[in-house]
Amino acid sequence: MERSRWLLPLLLMLCLGLGYTVLSMPEPVEGLPEMLVDNMEVAGVSNPVTAVLLNFRGYDTLLEMGVLLVALLGVWSLGGIPDYRESSPGLVLDIMSRQLVPVLILVAGYLLWVGADAPGGAFQAGSLLGAAGVLLLLCGWRIGNRCSGLPLRFLLILGLGMFVVAGTGLLLIGGEFLQYPSPVARELILMIEAAATLSIGATLAAMFLGSLPGGADK
Amino acid sequence: MSYVYLYALLGVSLFVLGLNALIVHAHLLRKILAVNVMSTGVFLVLVALSSRNEEVLPDPVPHAMVITGIVVSVSATALALILMLKVNRATGKNELPDRGRD
Amino acid sequence: MELILGDVPWIVVLIILPLTGGMACFLFPAISKSLGLLTSLAVVACVWGLGWQLEEEGAQRYAIGGWGAPLGIDLYADGLSLLMLVVAALVGLGISVYSCGYFSPDKANHFWPLWLFLCGALNALFLSSDIFNLYVTLELLGLTAVALVALADGAEALTSAMRYLLISLLGSLFYLLGVAFLYHSFGSLDIAILAQRAEPSPAVWAAVGLISTGLLLKTALFPMHFWLPAAHACAPTPVSALLSALVVKASFYILLRMWLEIFPMVGTSFAQLLGLLGAAAVLWGGIQALRQTRLKLLIAYSTVSQLGYLFLAFPLGTSLAWKGALYMLLSHAMAKAAMFMAAGNILVLGGHDRIAELSSITQRLPLTLTAFTLAGISIMGLPPSGGFIAKWLLLQASIESGQWWWGIILILGGLLAAAYVFKVIGHVFTQDEPTRQAGTLPTTMEWSALVLALVAVLLGLFTSWPLAIMEIGSPFGTGHSG
Repeated sequence: MERSRWLLPLLLMLCLGLGYTVLSMPEPVEGLPEMLVDNMEVAGVSNPVTAVLLNFRGYDTLLEMGVLLVALLGVWSLGGIPDYRESSPGLVLDIMSRQLVPVLILVAGYLLWVGADAPGGAFQAGSLLGAAGVLLLLCGWRIGNRCSGLPLRFLLILGLGMFVVAGTGLLLIGGEFLQYPSPVARELILMIEAAATLSIGATLAAMFLGSLPGGADK
Repeated sequence: MSYVYLYALLGVSLFVLGLNALIVHAHLLRKILAVNVMSTGVFLVLVALSSRNEEVLPDPVPHAMVITGIVVSVSATALALILMLKVNRATGKNELPDRGRD
Repeated sequence: MELILGDVPWIVVLIILPLTGGMACFLFPAISKSLGLLTSLAVVACVWGLGWQLEEEGAQRYAIGGWGAPLGIDLYADGLSLLMLVVAALVGLGISVYSCGYFSPDKANHFWPLWLFLCGALNALFLSSDIFNLYVTLELLGLTAVALVALADGAEALTSAMRYLLISLLGSLFYLLGVAFLYHSFGSLDIAILAQRAEPSPAVWAAVGLISTGLLLKTALFPMHFWLPAAHACAPTPVSALLSALVVKASFYILLRMWLEIFPMVGTSFAQLLGLLGAAAVLWGGIQALRQTRLKLLIAYSTVSQLGYLFLAFPLGTSLAWKGALYMLLSHAMAKAAMFMAAGNILVLGGHDRIAELSSITQRLPLTLTAFTLAGISIMGLPPSGGFIAKWLLLQASIESGQWWWGIILILGGLLAAAYVFKVIGHVFTQDEPTRQAGTLPTTMEWSALVLALVAVLLGLFTSWPLAIMEIGSPFGTGHSG
């Protein structure tokens, strides 16, 4: 309680100061948008956000796939929740997920494809896949022991791995790191996005499960 | 003055509100939510200010930054939540011990 | 040979290599130890390659995707980045060697991928020239660091990891809001372009405040250090070493870059404030370290104190002062990693790190004891050691710029450091009955501590090489150098 006496005025001042800054901010003299428009033809995709995410600033996205993977590694290293009891899903959830999961997967595929030219893309598609995975997990579905080792891990690193492989490959054939040659830029971007979508979906679902699949059963 | 600035100001207010909640509340779940509110505020500022000029299309770069930011924030929240559960498991409390907090 | 070496873009390889290593460790846990060691060695080789390139051609800029700033993201390497990379690579190798013997197989499976990702995040951070990209690397770094702290079992480790995570996220958000202001004012995220365009305005001031607050929180400058001692002391020993030696320095590096390039703030009252906080950190950290009864906590508080020295350079603002601060960073990284490793050895063999009962353990660990003492020499700043050279440079800078009072802080901090180092060493040398405890220590764990401590001391004898690295690309401007 002692603290609230000075905290509130301080935060109010911060709010006012930041608000004033926002209002008084000048518009940049040279913005990026004009430059983006000039380069859109060689970017491979016509959706500017996807072009920025996957091409102009693709390196950010590469590292971000790393962030996602690292968070999952952290979740797994904590070892999950020991006495996490699964309740039976109940009829409503069971039937609903049966109906929803295929639709989610379909919509995810659509979003991935349409992301090249309209709003959408790997992250939106990936989060839908993740949602489908969460629904399945809620219904009591678990990944088979046969797939919980190397295949699952491979799926999880697919996004980051594809990025690194593509970037390095382009480097080896004489370009710069992540410099997509204009004629195949679209294909490369879609390939990376597809890999990223699968990884994001799998990672989100795995985060929801919390513990290492297969390891928890022991 | 357009609506853009209204959104940007809203973003700033969310940032400060989240900061307040982060400091005031002891419960870890509230702290985690507070951090999420703060990040939403930052994202709102980023996106709102990108369409200040109504004659041209909004700048896509902040949009891409926000998508990256959202993924980062989702990852961090996932880690924070499991850590919270673990802290609860280990100490029986949903709060951090008061030591060191000023 | 030279042609091939010269053509390889080491600057990119330095980032991809640890990330690939991390993925490989994740895929094949069975061989993660050898993969980890191999990657650490390869990173050292790559840093050497990059250093060779920089020496030949000067500072380097690399446009990822061929776009070039402001449209794309640029990597930039000069003497400052190279120095940080060298520190990260050398300490990283030491930590890798140490970790081989430290972790149980189960923990090792989690440790190696996380550690290699952290290594990649550090390299990416030191090489990035884009302020939003820096945010992503900061988050990658923060999340790996938190996950590594939580590898230690126990309630204390978990709560300190939780607090560390919240602080880390808070700091990143402050930083990101500052980035948003800078981008929307000047239309670029590239540091070099921002440096040309930035001019004083409310937005810049707000950005300076937000970014500095966020980064200072992460660097744990007094009075925002409250999260550091617990997190650094509770973590597994290799993680303590890398947090104290490398991770806190990463946010300091970003702050330094921004101050040197974007914010023309040298000589303002804000710089004086940073200096004052640094001075307070030196004294407060030293006093707190002296009061600790547990060895790892003592070392962690010593980190708080030593971080303070880095900020003494801000009010001075001369090229000499920056060099002193960087020399401090370099020698502290080596010495502190060695110190934590020594403490870890004691903890592993004796099962506790209560300072008053150390003697019975340390009598069986002569190499570890030597490592601790050598590292202590550098922490105290006695000649010949890296710590001494750093303080000497800072002292010289403070006298040259007429602000002699910062010199007093240097001396007082040294005295406090001597007090807490001797407190430990004094307990070690009291004659006590050696307890007969079973247990042996892998020799790699003792030797890696000793070698890092030796490097910290040798930095006092071979000063020309690190100082020459700092000169590449003149990151501190051509202004008044000593």
